Amino acid sequence: MKGMSIIVKETTRLLAGLIFLYGIYIIIHGHLTPGGGFAGGVVVAGSLILLILAYGSDYMHLTREETGTTITENLALLIALLIALGGMAFGIKVFFSNWLPRGTAGELVSAGVIPLYNIFIGMEVAASILTIFLALLIFKEELTK
Amino acid sequence: MELALSVILVLMILGALFAIHAKDLLSAVISCSMVGYGLVICFLLLKAPDLAIVQIVVETITLVIMVAVVLDSTRQEPFTKPDPQGYMNIATAIVLTVVLFFFLKAASGSLDYFGRGAMRMARHYIEGAAEKTGSANLVTGVIFDFRGYDTLGEATVLVTAVLGSLTILRIRGKKKEVI
Repeated sequence: MKGMSIIVKETTRLLAGLIFLYGIYIIIHGHLTPGGGFAGGVVVAGSLILLILAYGSDYMHLTREETGTTITENLALLIALLIALGGMAFGIKVFFSNWLPRGTAGELVSAGVIPLYNIFIGMEVAASILTIFLALLIFKEELTK
Repeated sequence: MELALSVILVLMILGALFAIHAKDLLSAVISCSMVGYGLVICFLLLKAPDLAIVQIVVETITLVIMVAVVLDSTRQEPFTKPDPQGYMNIATAIVLTVVLFFFLKAASGSLDYFGRGAMRMARHYIEGAAEKTGSANLVTGVIFDFRGYDTLGEATVLVTAVLGSLTILRIRGKKKEVI
């Protein structure tokens, strides 16, 4: 797929990094402000989709990229599951229990394992949405090659 | 607030109805997105900013992908006349709608007014969540602590959806490596 005009490319060059950072902000502040893993992950995926749409898939050298995102997605879900399993090893020994020290509510490092869940769920959501987009893109280009 | 909510709901229903009857696939996609963006305003009016953020980003990305797909495909949709089986389906749908509406009307009388009077479980969440989870955002505290299984299920649904769509969208199949 080809890229868009130079206006779109320049605007994207300025904005895509900011959108990416905003997604990461939403993910790591998920336990303090509205948002969290699901919302932030979709914003991160949106910034990458914006880059691909503006510059075209030739510029990004997309060949077999969908394997990378699939592996990221599955690993992130697996790690979230391992953190949940950690509740059975430490603390009160219940699946999904909050086994890290909680700290004071309102600080960035607080709430035990909830920020970790947010980060890995965010990775999983971003990778899965990007996978679907890349699948629509790559498989069609494979057919026309 | 209820008046604004009803106006937006009516607009959403109109958008969905237009999407069914549009001649052009592109205008059908655009008018269908009216439903999604209307839902964003509904979430904001009902004071659910978490859901509104997710909904507005997902709706935008879905719209972009759908428009990209539609612009590549043929724009015309084959028009088919409803056969006798089709009229039967329409009659069944109308009867089902009436029956479901009747039972919904009967059941809604016994519910609390929307947003007032938290249930027993919800009151437990509201009172103890901040101390029990240590999270300042109660919504995140509930979805990752009290309802962890629920969130795990959601994440698994996402993974399964991606696996399914990869299976369906792959046209050629992976080549076997020749040793």
